[in-house]
Amino acid sequence: MEVHVDRGRCAGSGLCMSYVPAVFDQSDDDGKVLLKAARPASGAAAAVRGAAARCPAGAITLSGGDARGR
Amino acid sequence: MPHESAPVPLHTRRTHFDPADDLRRLAADGPVTRVSLAPGAGGEPLWLVTGHEEVRRVLGDHTRFSTRRRFGSRRAAEDDGERPDEGVGLLMDYDPPEHTRLRKMLTPEFTVRRMRRLQPRIEAIVAERLDAVERAGHPADLAELFASAIPGPVLCELIGVPRDDRDDFLRRCHAHLATGRGRQERTAAGSAFTRYLAALVARQRKNPDDGFLGMLVRDHGSEFTDKELRGICVLLMLAGLDNISGMLGLGALALLENPDQLALVRDDPAALDRAVEELLRYLSVPHAPTPRTAVEDTTLGGRLIRAGDTVVCSIPLANRDPHLTAEPDRLDLARDPVPHVAFGHGIHHCIGAALARMELRIAYTALLRRFPGLRLAVPVQDVAFRVRSTAYGVERLPVTW
Ligand code: SF4
Repeated sequence: MEVHVDRGRCAGSGLCMSYVPAVFDQSDDDGKVLLKAARPASGAAAAVRGAAARCPAGAITLSGGDARGR
Repeated sequence: MPHESAPVPLHTRRTHFDPADDLRRLAADGPVTRVSLAPGAGGEPLWLVTGHEEVRRVLGDHTRFSTRRRFGSRRAAEDDGERPDEGVGLLMDYDPPEHTRLRKMLTPEFTVRRMRRLQPRIEAIVAERLDAVERAGHPADLAELFASAIPGPVLCELIGVPRDDRDDFLRRCHAHLATGRGRQERTAAGSAFTRYLAALVARQRKNPDDGFLGMLVRDHGSEFTDKELRGICVLLMLAGLDNISGMLGLGALALLENPDQLALVRDDPAALDRAVEELLRYLSVPHAPTPRTAVEDTTLGGRLIRAGDTVVCSIPLANRDPHLTAEPDRLDLARDPVPHVAFGHGIHHCIGAALARMELRIAYTALLRRFPGLRLAVPVQDVAFRVRSTAYGVERLPVTW
């Protein structure tokens, strides 16, 4: 799975960081999402999919093998 | 100004924790329906969006659905769509690029990490309120002593209102925002409130501290007008008072009515994050975000929405949409968090969401810990609900322990 974030869209909720701190962070400078791991471990796939679905700005997109879940 | 005897607008009607039946019938007709929210009271017909997917589409598309246009269309004849004075700084009424400019400067002040710095202060505020409940003895009204008494001081803490000024500040603020009062009285309260905010802003400009206002003027002093800074403070009060008091009161009631679920949360603090998300979804205290105005003709949920039409999104119905989660009408605190829209969606998504989540978590935990035997002191049908407010809630919640 590959994770993409659109910082232009990000509303700065910090929700993704709260759900998957290993993959997402929130910048102290502009409050927006920072991507820590663009290719997260496969064990994190479900959590990352959850974060992408919950992002209130639709700023997180996924591509690659396990992007859609089963 | 709503009058006491005016009918409760359709989209705000509830039955206990649920959207009212007449509202549900509308949702059953389709995700987008043409209605008059105040039938018989001269309310103009508009679109009510009740499907979760459709609500996310409207709120996520600020180019087709504007919040700024409200002023343009409604007030154009009087003043060329100029923003009325009292609207300056109210972010939810702005579209990009104005919205982007202000929001960009505010967002860093509301990060999850920033909000965590407030945690000890919020814990102290909550503890004081629980002392007051204890002092009141049985039965104590949780609505007055707990739910309504917490958000104000927390917002003062956030904004940086000195402790000695808080009671005055909150009294003026309530008087200013109260819709049930006469116009003259409100105007007088409003100018007292504005004067205080102006003095606070001036003080922070001269001597910025580490609070929210201080940081804003330090980092972006010249990019904000005083009026904008005052407006932003008003916005925070508008957004933070009723919504949080609604969640605290209704949430407490929902827990008391579901003792098995309450036990789940009380015994496992780690379960609380999930529980808060589910309470936010299930209770959906804000009835609707700022109405949108369609900018161009658009098809939504199979209906043609014309440019200039008003679109209102129902938060409670969107959050109970069967496409969103299984058994949406069941409160299930162990449910995997669903992408609810209790904080809105898109560029106007609540800027204070991280603060709200933390506040609710702290307050529910402390309440359950302090009063492990908490229960309703009256039959549940005697609990009075708050029906005339931008956010649903309880009016009175007598408890014992
Ligand atoms: S969840 Fe979305 S809006 Fe919130 S910080 Fe992450 S990317 Fe930004």
